[in-house]
Amino acid sequence: MQTITRDQLIEKAVSLLADGTVSCVLGWQKGEFDYDVTPVLFKNADELKANFVWNDFCGANFSKYLVTKAEKATGKVLVFLKPCDTYSFNQLLTEHRFNREKVYAVGIPCEGMVDVAKVKAICGDGIVSIDCGEKLSVTTLYGDEPTVIDAKDVLAERCINCKSKKHVAYDELLGEEGEVIASDRFDEVAKLEAMTPDERFAFWQGELSRCIRCNACRDACPACTCEKCVFDNPKSGVENKSPANSFEEKMFHIIRAFHVAGRCTDCGECSRVCPQNIPLHLLNRKFIKDINCFYGEYQAGAEVGSRAPLVDYTTDDLEPGEVFDRRDNNA
Amino acid sequence: MQRVGVFVCWCGSNIAGTVDVQAVSDALKNEPGVVFSTNYQYMCSQAGQDIIKNAIAEYKLTGIVVCSCSPRMHEATFRKTAAAAGLNPYMVEIANIREQCSWVHKDILTGTEKAIILGKAAVAKVNLNAPLTPGETPVTKRALVIGGGIAGIQTALDIADAGFPVDIVEKNPTIGGKMAQLDKTFPTLDCAACILTPKMVDVAQNENIRIFSFSEVAKIKGFVGNFDVTIKKKARYVKEELCTGCGACTEKCPMKKVPNEFNLGMDTRSAIYIPFAQAVPKVARIDPDACNMLKKGKCGICSKVCAAGAIDYTQKDQYIEEKYGAIVVATGFNPISMDKFDEFAYSQSKDVITSLEFERLTNAAGPTAGKLLRPSDHKHPHTIVFVQCVGSRCDSCAEKGKEYCSKICCMYTAKHAMLTRDKYPDTEVYVFYIDVRTPGKNFDEFYRRAVEEYGVKYIKGMVGKVTPEGDKLKVQASDLLANRQLQIDADLVVLAAAIEPDKSARPLATMLTASMDTNDFFTEAHPKLRPVESPTAGVFLSGACQGPKDIPETVSQAGAAASKVIGLLAKDKLTGNPCVAHSDEMMCNGCSTCERVCPYGAITYEDKEFRMPDRTTKIRRVASVNPAVCQGCGACTVACPSGAMDLKGFASAQIMAEVDAICK
Repeated sequence: MQTITRDQLIEKAVSLLADGTVSCVLGWQKGEFDYDVTPVLFKNADELKANFVWNDFCGANFSKYLVTKAEKATGKVLVFLKPCDTYSFNQLLTEHRFNREKVYAVGIPCEGMVDVAKVKAICGDGIVSIDCGEKLSVTTLYGDEPTVIDAKDVLAERCINCKSKKHVAYDELLGEEGEVIASDRFDEVAKLEAMTPDERFAFWQGELSRCIRCNACRDACPACTCEKCVFDNPKSGVENKSPANSFEEKMFHIIRAFHVAGRCTDCGECSRVCPQNIPLHLLNRKFIKDINCFYGEYQAGAEVGSRAPLVDYTTDDLEPGEVFDRRDNNA
Repeated sequence: MQRVGVFVCWCGSNIAGTVDVQAVSDALKNEPGVVFSTNYQYMCSQAGQDIIKNAIAEYKLTGIVVCSCSPRMHEATFRKTAAAAGLNPYMVEIANIREQCSWVHKDILTGTEKAIILGKAAVAKVNLNAPLTPGETPVTKRALVIGGGIAGIQTALDIADAGFPVDIVEKNPTIGGKMAQLDKTFPTLDCAACILTPKMVDVAQNENIRIFSFSEVAKIKGFVGNFDVTIKKKARYVKEELCTGCGACTEKCPMKKVPNEFNLGMDTRSAIYIPFAQAVPKVARIDPDACNMLKKGKCGICSKVCAAGAIDYTQKDQYIEEKYGAIVVATGFNPISMDKFDEFAYSQSKDVITSLEFERLTNAAGPTAGKLLRPSDHKHPHTIVFVQCVGSRCDSCAEKGKEYCSKICCMYTAKHAMLTRDKYPDTEVYVFYIDVRTPGKNFDEFYRRAVEEYGVKYIKGMVGKVTPEGDKLKVQASDLLANRQLQIDADLVVLAAAIEPDKSARPLATMLTASMDTNDFFTEAHPKLRPVESPTAGVFLSGACQGPKDIPETVSQAGAAASKVIGLLAKDKLTGNPCVAHSDEMMCNGCSTCERVCPYGAITYEDKEFRMPDRTTKIRRVASVNPAVCQGCGACTVACPSGAMDLKGFASAQIMAEVDAICK
C-alpha cells in the first residue's frame, strides 16, 4: 500500500553508502514475526539487500535512535523519516540531543501504518505470516486460506488521525511531499473531557490498571531521552518502585505525560509499542489540546528552536483566572 | 543524621496569643533529628539569641529551626546568630508561625495545629540542608546612568562626587530631560532653567562623568558588579569632539521648516540644529529626515560654513562596549497621547493644548518668548479652562488612560493658573478637578494661594465636552458641588495629560531582567524599605521610571539611588547568594531548556568529556551555572525535563520533604 517501494529505499541507501555520504543506515528488519518489524543499523549493501524491510508495519520512529547511533557512527547515519518522524527529529534537534552534522535524513512518504491488534481482531491470534502487497494477506495457524484485508481498514489510530503528510526536516526527499492535515485527533480527547470526573477516573482506572510497567512507552518515546530517567535513578526515591495502591500505578503515566508536555510531537509511539494496548497518546493529546487552547496553536517539532509555551513567557499568556473561561469557550 | 534544635518564639503575644507555644515546642521535640526544643518570649532579642548559641554548643546542633516571624524579617538575624556559634548560617530554617499563622488565625487550637505542621515542615527541610558557602566576585567601579533628565543628572553628580566614574546614556541629543522644557517649578516658582542648567554644566565639567548623548543602550549582559553594556551612539552627522556649538550651521541651514520637538512642534527649527541654547553637550545634530544633503545629496551648506570642520555626512552608528558595576535606570516619563480623548477636541483645535505645551508657551525661551498667546491666532486668551486628570485615575476608561494618579498635575495646574493670573490679571481661569491632591511640603499652601490670593476658580467636576465654535471653545462641564451644568466660552483649554513611563523602558527592562508593573513602571525591591533598588541586584531606580514623581521627590530618590550605587561600588568584592542553581552533569541532557528560561543569562553550555561505565569516553553537552550571575529564582529547576537542575538550599528533595511533612 505504501507508494514508495522497498527497492527504491535500498537503491537510495546503497548509493549513499557507495559514495561515502553515509557510513551506516538506520532501517527496519523483520523481527520474530512479520508484523514486529524492528529498527536496526545496516552497515553495508549486502545486509540491506538481505534484510531491509519496508512495508505497512514500519511504524518505528527512528528519530530517537539518532541520540545514541549518531554519536557512535564513524561517518554520517542515513535515516529514513516518515512525515510524523520529522517532527520528533526537529524536537530532538531543538533539545540538542544529537548532532545534525552526523545525520543524513531522507524523507519518505507514508500512507499510514497498520495496527496489528486490529489485524488480530479480524484474523485472530496465531499469525504465521503477513504478505504486504496491494492488500494484506494474513496466514494464521488455524486456517488454510490467507485472510485478505485492506490495510486502510486496519490503520493505526495515529494514522487514521494523521496530522501531517508534510516533512518538516530532511536533507533529501523521496516521492511526493504532502500537506499538514487538519485532523480530528482531538475528538477522542473531547469525549474524555465531556465525561464526569468519576467516569473519566473509571476510564483511566480501567486502561492504566492493565499497565505492566514494561517501560516500552518510555523507551520508544522520542521525548524520553534523559541521560538518567527518574524511574531508573536510585537517588530519586521512585526507582523501579512498585505501586503501593491502585492510584499510584497511574502515576507513572501521569508523571511521564507531564514530563513530555510541550515537547511531545504526538507521534503516537507510546500507544504503538504498548503491549497492553493502553491508549497512552490520549494523555499527551490532552496536554497538546490544552496548550493549543490556552497559549495558541503549538506543534512541537514543527521547527527547530521553537519555544514551547510551557517554558516560554509572552505578555499574552493567560492569567490563572482565565483558564476556565478559555477552556469553556474552546470546548 | 542532623542534630536539630527547635526554637519557638512567642513574639510577645503576637504569636503566643493564638498559638500555644509550649505545645509547639513539645510536639516538635519528637520529630526526626530533633534533639532540643524550647520556646522563649523574644527569640530575636539578645537573650533569645543566647539561648540559641548556647544550645548549639551544648547539644552539638548541626541545624536549627526557628519558629518565629517571616524569614524576610529575621532570617538574617538568626543566620548571624548561628554563624556566631560556629554553625553554617545556611543550616538555619525559619518556620513562619506569625504572618502565616498566628496573625491569620483567631482560634488557638487551629493556630497551634498549623504552627506545629509548619514547624515539622521546617524540621524535615533542615534535615536535608547542607552547609553552603557564598562565593565572591569583584566589582567594576564604574556606574551607568540610563537617562539624562534631572533624575539621571542628580544621580550621576552624586556618584561622581563620591569619586566613582559615571557614564550617562541619553537618547536625545542633549541631557536635561523634561525639566529643561519647564518654565517655573512649584512650589517655590524658581525658574526651571535657572536651577537645572547649572547642574547640566556641572555634569559636562565633571571629570568623573562622561555623557553619551544621542545614544541608547543596545545590549546588557552580566550581573551585579560586572555588567557588560553595549552602547549605541547614534549617528548625529556632526563630529562631537570638533563641534563648538557656535550655531553658524543652524543659521545658514536652508531647511528651516522642521517642527521643533523641544517646543512640542509649536514652532520650527532647521534640519541641522542644537535643541536649545543651554544644551549639554552643545553640539549640533543633523536630522536625516529633513536634511537635503542626507536625503538627496544636494546642499552641503552646513559643511561649508562650519569653521571647525565638524560636519560628517557619512557618520554611522557607533557601538561602544563598557563594563559597569551598577546601573541606574532614570528613563523618566512622557505625557500620554491625547489622540483618544476626542471629547476635549485636542486634535481639532490648536487652542486645546497639553500642560507641557502650556509650559513652553509661558517659557521665555519658548515659541512665543514667554508671552501667553493662543497657538491658533496668537491672541491673548482671556478665558482659560484647565482640565485635570485627563487620562489619570481612569477606571472606566482604562483603555484610553491610566488607572493611577499622575501625581504632579494638581500642583503644576495650580502653578499654571497662579502664574496666568499673576501676569494677566484680566484672564479668567477655571480649573476642573476630581480632587485636589497636594500632600507635599508647602504644597497645600501653594494651592490655597492660587485660590485665595489669585482668584483661580476651582470647580469640582469634569469637563464633558469641548467644541470649537468660531474662535471660541465651548466647554461643557458639570459643577458637582453646586450640582449644575456649566457652559464656558474659553479661549484656551489646557489638558493635564496623564504621564506614563517612557517607551524605551519596556525593552530596557527586558535587557536588565528588571521587573515592571502593569503600567510599565519599574518595580522596586520593596515598596517601602527598598524603594530605589530594583529586585535585580545591581540595578537601581531613579525618578519617574519607578512611578509618577515631582522634581523634589525625583531629586531625593536620585540621591538615594546614588548612595546605594556608592555603597555597592565602594566594595572591592561582592558576597554572592549561595542558594543558586546547579546542574547534575551526569543527568543533564544538554537540551537548553534551562538556558532559555533563565532570566539572568546565568546558564551556559559546554561540551564535556565523560568517562562511561565501559571505560570509553563520551563528549556530552551539559549546562553549567555561573553562581555569581544566578539569582536563585528556580525557573530552571522546574523547566529542566531531566531533573538535573536543582537549587542549593531549596532542593526539590527538600521541598518534597516539607510537603510530605505537611501532608502526613
